[in-house]
Amino acid sequence: MKDSYKLIVIGGSAGSLQVIFRIFKNIRPGFSIPFLLVLHRNVSYDSALEQLLSFKTSMPVKEIEEKEKIDKGKIYICPADYHVLIENDHSFSLDYSEKINFSRPSIDVVFKSSSEVYKNKLLCILLSGANADGAEGLRYAKEKGSLIIVQDPAEAEVSYMPEQALELTTADHILNSRDIGAFINSLA
Amino acid sequence: MEVIITDEEIEVLLDDMLQQYGYDFTEYSKASFKRRIQRLFIMDKFSSFAALRYRIKTDQDYFNHAVTEISVNVTEMFRDPLFYKVIREKIIPVLATHPFIRIWHAGCATGEEVYSMAILLKEANLLERSLLYGTDLNPLVLDRARNGIFQVNQMQQYSKNYILSGGLQEFSSYYTANYNLAKFNEIFQRKMIFSTHNLVSDFSFNSFQLIFCRNVLIYFEKNLQGKVLDLFDNSLDMLGFLALGSKESLRFSSIAHKYKQLEDREKIWRKLK
Repeated sequence: MKDSYKLIVIGGSAGSLQVIFRIFKNIRPGFSIPFLLVLHRNVSYDSALEQLLSFKTSMPVKEIEEKEKIDKGKIYICPADYHVLIENDHSFSLDYSEKINFSRPSIDVVFKSSSEVYKNKLLCILLSGANADGAEGLRYAKEKGSLIIVQDPAEAEVSYMPEQALELTTADHILNSRDIGAFINSLA
Repeated sequence: MEVIITDEEIEVLLDDMLQQYGYDFTEYSKASFKRRIQRLFIMDKFSSFAALRYRIKTDQDYFNHAVTEISVNVTEMFRDPLFYKVIREKIIPVLATHPFIRIWHAGCATGEEVYSMAILLKEANLLERSLLYGTDLNPLVLDRARNGIFQVNQMQQYSKNYILSGGLQEFSSYYTANYNLAKFNEIFQRKMIFSTHNLVSDFSFNSFQLIFCRNVLIYFEKNLQGKVLDLFDNSLDMLGFLALGSKESLRFSSIAHKYKQLEDREKIWRKLK
């Protein structure tokens, strides 16, 4: 299992921010697998997330830049109002096409694109939210061999998003936020 | 059930489009191009990759439709209002010192940005001595830009953007609403020239004091981005301005040393050399 994953994508919407903070508080220093966070957020309170998260973790946190190569040990955040795609050479592309599930960035888009590139080297995690975004992407990623974790709907502040995902596909693990952190720590 | 078009099949399509129609998408960002092709495949209900390929190769009209669907034509008036506020307050006064003003909107899609700029020029009493060129590789979207007709249900958002950009007029005074359509005043169209131009293969066609190219470079690979920036550099007057999308930059490009970024937050550069 060690070092077998090359990227961890975490998608979330309403009620997911506190979960993310809790997860990253528990990730041990020096953790090497890069993270990509795709969160629905309001364009107007934009860059605060990068700052808030960097207080919770020793890993470098940055909003991605277009064509940037994915680096080990970093936490990347999708910019507001752009879709994010992953290229075969493990760099990011931005895309300003139509919203998907009323969302840009859309979690579906990131799960699909990253699973096409990383296949069974990808871990997808879907958290709390009030929207069905992410469900179709998880189903797709699962077919590509990626590992799927869904936050336990019983714990999620808004259970709709994890529930939608579980209706569409089978998660490899359904975990609460503390166990998500522990699971990630066991990976590298 | 999952439609999967392989990377090899994408290469085949890229080749066909280049050979058959002279459209070179080979240096477009692959992930984005592939996603658009998959979307087209599902939307038009093809049964196999071979069927899609055949249709594109043998049917020019379908190819035009495919280009429209592959290229991203999402745009709005006064998108990023604070960007337009900077144009209004910092760039327009400089343009005003020129006897004649030429502006190029590269990759203008359905023209919403061109109309936004024309409104700013009108409000500064500069429209009469301005010419706005809008270009796109896709003739179908340019037809819509030329007509100056937009969905009326978008006007509320555009009006909000306009006010945030520092607009003081009644936004609705610039168009006539009829049923679900809003037709913009012809004083604007008289100052606009729309024409096809492919940033990948066409040359510089004039010189400008201001070039807009927002959210186009993100779809290009690095090498092509560099070529297109050179094209803009060749098309820009000394002390002219280049305006890019909010996540695009001149940083690391070969022309970067000739330019100075205007404001930290907005992606506007001035040509100094």
